[in-house]
Amino acid sequence: MLQFRTARRRWLAAIGLTGVAALALSACAQSERTDDSGSGKVGGTMVFGAAGEPKNFDPIFNDDGESFRPIRQMFDTLITYKRGTADLAPGLAEKWTPSEDGKSWTFDLRKNVKFHDGTPFNAEAVCFNFDRWFNMKGAAAQSQMIYYGDVFEGFAKNEGDAAGEPVYKSCEAKDEHTAVLNLNKYKGAFPAAFGLTALSISSPDALKKYDADNVAQSGDSFTYPAYATEHPTGTGAFKLEKFDKANKTITLVRNEDYWGEKAKLDKLIFKIIPDENARKQELKAGTIDGYDFPSPADYNSLKSDGFNVTPRPAFNILYLGINGANNPALKDLRVRQAIAYAVNRDQLVKTKLPLGAEVATQFMPKTVAGYAEDAQQYPHDVAKAKELLTQAGVSNLTLNFYVPTEVSRPYMPNPSEIAAVIADDLKAAGINAQIVSRPWNGGYKDDVQKLGKHDLHLLGWTGDYNDAGNFVGTFFGREKKEFGFADQAMFDAIAAADAVVDQTKHADAYKQVNRDIMSKYLPAIPVSHSPPAIVVSSKISGLVPSPLTDERFDTVSKG
Amino acid sequence: MLRFIVRRLLQAIPTLLILSLLVFVWLRSLPGGPSGALLGDKATPEKIEALNKVLGLDQPIYIQYFKFLGRILSGDFGSSLISGEPVVAEIGRALPATIELSLAALLFAVVLGIPLGYLAASHRGRFLDNSTVIGTLVGVAVPVFFLGILLKQLFAQDLALFPPSGRQDVTIDPTHVTNFAVLDGLLTQEWDAAADALWHLVLPAVALGTIPLAVIVRITRASVLDVLNEDFVRTANAKGLQAQLIRRRHVLRNAMLPVSTTIGLQTGLLLGGAVLTERVFVWGGLGSLLAQGIERRDYPRLQALLLLAAVVYVLVNLLVDISYAIIDPRVRAS
Amino acid sequence: MTSLLKRKRARVDALAESAGTSLAADAVKRMLRSPVALLGAFLVLLFLVLAIVAPFIAPKDPYQRYPELLAELRPDFIPGAQPGFLLGGDELGRDFFSRLLVGAQQSLVVGVGATLIGLVLGMIIGGLAGAFGGWVDSWLMRFTDIMLSIPSLLLAISIAALASRGSQTTVIIAVAVTTVPIFARLLRGAMLAQRHSDHVLAATALGVRRRTVVFRHMLPNSLGPVIVQATLTLATAIIEAASLSFLGLGDPDPSRAEWGLMLGNSQRYIDVKPELAFYPAVAIIIVALGFTLLGESLREALDPKNRR
Repeated sequence: MLQFRTARRRWLAAIGLTGVAALALSACAQSERTDDSGSGKVGGTMVFGAAGEPKNFDPIFNDDGESFRPIRQMFDTLITYKRGTADLAPGLAEKWTPSEDGKSWTFDLRKNVKFHDGTPFNAEAVCFNFDRWFNMKGAAAQSQMIYYGDVFEGFAKNEGDAAGEPVYKSCEAKDEHTAVLNLNKYKGAFPAAFGLTALSISSPDALKKYDADNVAQSGDSFTYPAYATEHPTGTGAFKLEKFDKANKTITLVRNEDYWGEKAKLDKLIFKIIPDENARKQELKAGTIDGYDFPSPADYNSLKSDGFNVTPRPAFNILYLGINGANNPALKDLRVRQAIAYAVNRDQLVKTKLPLGAEVATQFMPKTVAGYAEDAQQYPHDVAKAKELLTQAGVSNLTLNFYVPTEVSRPYMPNPSEIAAVIADDLKAAGINAQIVSRPWNGGYKDDVQKLGKHDLHLLGWTGDYNDAGNFVGTFFGREKKEFGFADQAMFDAIAAADAVVDQTKHADAYKQVNRDIMSKYLPAIPVSHSPPAIVVSSKISGLVPSPLTDERFDTVSKG
Repeated sequence: MLRFIVRRLLQAIPTLLILSLLVFVWLRSLPGGPSGALLGDKATPEKIEALNKVLGLDQPIYIQYFKFLGRILSGDFGSSLISGEPVVAEIGRALPATIELSLAALLFAVVLGIPLGYLAASHRGRFLDNSTVIGTLVGVAVPVFFLGILLKQLFAQDLALFPPSGRQDVTIDPTHVTNFAVLDGLLTQEWDAAADALWHLVLPAVALGTIPLAVIVRITRASVLDVLNEDFVRTANAKGLQAQLIRRRHVLRNAMLPVSTTIGLQTGLLLGGAVLTERVFVWGGLGSLLAQGIERRDYPRLQALLLLAAVVYVLVNLLVDISYAIIDPRVRAS
Repeated sequence: MTSLLKRKRARVDALAESAGTSLAADAVKRMLRSPVALLGAFLVLLFLVLAIVAPFIAPKDPYQRYPELLAELRPDFIPGAQPGFLLGGDELGRDFFSRLLVGAQQSLVVGVGATLIGLVLGMIIGGLAGAFGGWVDSWLMRFTDIMLSIPSLLLAISIAALASRGSQTTVIIAVAVTTVPIFARLLRGAMLAQRHSDHVLAATALGVRRRTVVFRHMLPNSLGPVIVQATLTLATAIIEAASLSFLGLGDPDPSRAEWGLMLGNSQRYIDVKPELAFYPAVAIIIVALGFTLLGESLREALDPKNRR
């Protein structure tokens, strides 16, 4: 009741006050989150607002959060994450052991696990999945295995141009519950990458029955086989009941044969509501029980209406990219440092980024092994920025600042506003940053990543798994148009760090990389880590937000 | 009549061909493309390049166009980059949604507009007339989407009288027959589904119908005034015919001609307004498909939608012509 | 050609017919008596004056972020009225009131820009068609008919969406293009009506050069309906520009203060500070209403039927 009264007052006030000074409306009492841990109520239906349609339900052919959200409820991975963290935990494999050189991984599999179609989960099934991926045919299918391509680099027979030498060698089922994976080389991404949702294990029977590999080209796009659209078959806590495309709802039901603790909800419905404001209004109207990524602008209004807005630990980075290729002044480290000093990141984080956001001191969040506490910092200091510019002999610096539009990502909820603030800060230090806006899907990425037309740009990254290489390696592991920065020493240092198998030494090597990047190279400026939130009504309990957005709804109860 | 229809249809073919070429070339010349969209946020330029090759986007544009034309003729409009589903299937579901909304909006405008216009005309110069005229002018000046937001905020969020968005509640679980939600509910006798769908229809229909309402009121008013001045009405009056009879037999019938044309003209406007209204109410019709397609640069979907828009417009024109011919025998003759 | 289109054309042509027959003084006299016309004229005048003087009377710099406002600004809180800031801040900590004032100027730029471009292009096409007649006429009119057959907002959306990037210019052009066919038909119709009028026939018979006839006699006498249409177009242009902004197809530069843009950008703050959306919307409605009232009463004043 309170909820719509306050809202109504605001609107009526606004309408009544046309032409008159507006009222400042104080927010109502904030509700404290009641943490009723322990066993929640069993049964019921939860409706969760999704922002977009899933592309399909076959884990291997997906790379986006909207597809992964339902997939995560239906499938399991060999290794999973401890709820609420990016730390590894046993999944379908109870134990995993690398060989000395890191080229061979032995998985001790969980027993008495069944796929949704009743077939047993065992070492053969695991190897069937890995072999299926490795032997995938057709350039269309291969191109859509985005995470597989990232981690395993190549296929038995590469059909697209982009694939490289395969990392995967073979998989053997040593016995019913032991699978051994052999690789051609060690990568720092392991074992964390085994937790990627894309590498979830499917039922071999269902894969064969529903023609899972048959990805066909259709015009400029692809169509997916029945396995991916109607019959995804995993081991997860929920099963697909149906995807009603007319009403845009995905209905999942409890898997009664789940190997772990059974899901509390009878039914889990994902309702696709593409509009941010509409998701908020549906939640307030009570037609949905929660949704993902509420706009930071709505936190206050949602909280005062009694909803629980829970931020996830931030596992992302927003950076201000610098491309030295077009303007020689940017090749001077002092100029790049001046830019770092000029941007008032504290104020930006406080005024424009969601509650709990932090200024980034380096290109990875604190939780990643390899984060260096003592990396050089660049607090807001306009005088220092000007001094550095003078030292470098640069005046009247005019830079093209490329900014994406028509996009919102957890690390940059509103790029245009962030860019306006940064450009304004730079102006105060005597740097004229001219904003050039490009649509995210309509040329921004081309201009910045392929053509390198910019001097400055705004971009970020959400980590896939807990490994330093997934952050700095992705950005600075090789020469890229995006940064127009080529220092072989930096590339070599990152490659060397990635090759260290011992976990402690691996982290130490990356700490040094981070220190050097922040003091010696500074190829870009880390801006912030923003915690993306998830919001649910007060009736919902047991939802544990994950830094990797890897939420599993089996522990959720309603009532 | 049949020949008349066939001739009209044949005339449309070259127009559609030229439009398809324009749409195709234009979309292809834009930065960003299907490959980037298909590969997601983490795509590298190299991977995009490789996928372009797979999709044949590196071939000369005329070859691509002929292939595109060939596919279209065999009914294959490709798959959406967003949903991975054939565009035709997407449109097949979205089209009924948009038609349902547009019909409801038109119904709202006609049912309210014609009596209001008639009333205004018969009270010419008086308060009722003046306030109606001013009201119609204001109605046209309000941006459709703002009206939608306002209605939603007041009637859905604050007063909680209507649902804020969507076509049906998730708890309904309806059977889909025609994808017209209300009709489906009636056909399958799922009365709750029909009622719920109707309930969801109210706010968007009012938002979308307001401008047509304003226009219909004004046209009705103007043409009733015109007819009242015509000789035959004066004659009828002089003959001492009953006022009610005159109204029914002469005034309304003759005034309806320009009104029916106006209603036809409004369909084009409705399509434009539907994009905005559907966006506000997350209606899941063609407007939503279009808006989302634009935002995500879903070229296969945009191509199909733009072509469809052209086809629909041609068809609506034809329908109006036919109805015109039925109402007025003179048109048939000429 | 379908009769629906014929009707659409007929509406435009009917307006064109009133050309040349109007006596300006007569029309003005009738307008001065109409309260609707006066109200429209008043609103339009107010808007024009505001657009011109706004930068001088704005109490604060509309583009600057003020520390007083930034101190309280949060993603989910935007400061309200406080001393020196009549309507408080906007989403970036700038003075909302000053931006609202200056918005008049930018909105005028968009409205007038789009109308002018549409008018000039339309007049070139319509003028050529009207002056030459024959095959030039029939080809040009076929072209405008095709454009006329596409719903204008859809056309504007397509153009804005298909432009490689949004900017104020693309918005203006997208809106302008949709008005071209109307102006073209209008001027052509008016000029065709003139061709057979006595003074043009007389001038031609006297051996006056065609160019002179067109520019001295036909064009000036055809301008009445064009002005009416331009006034009405200004209203729709401002609304359409706002619609494009709402769809995210507007000028992406958040520093620009333009009502449609302010309305579009404030969607996400609708619960935080509804005024950010509400005031620009009301401003747009008032201005659109003003131009519509003025245009409609001009049309009525020029209509020979009302001269009885």
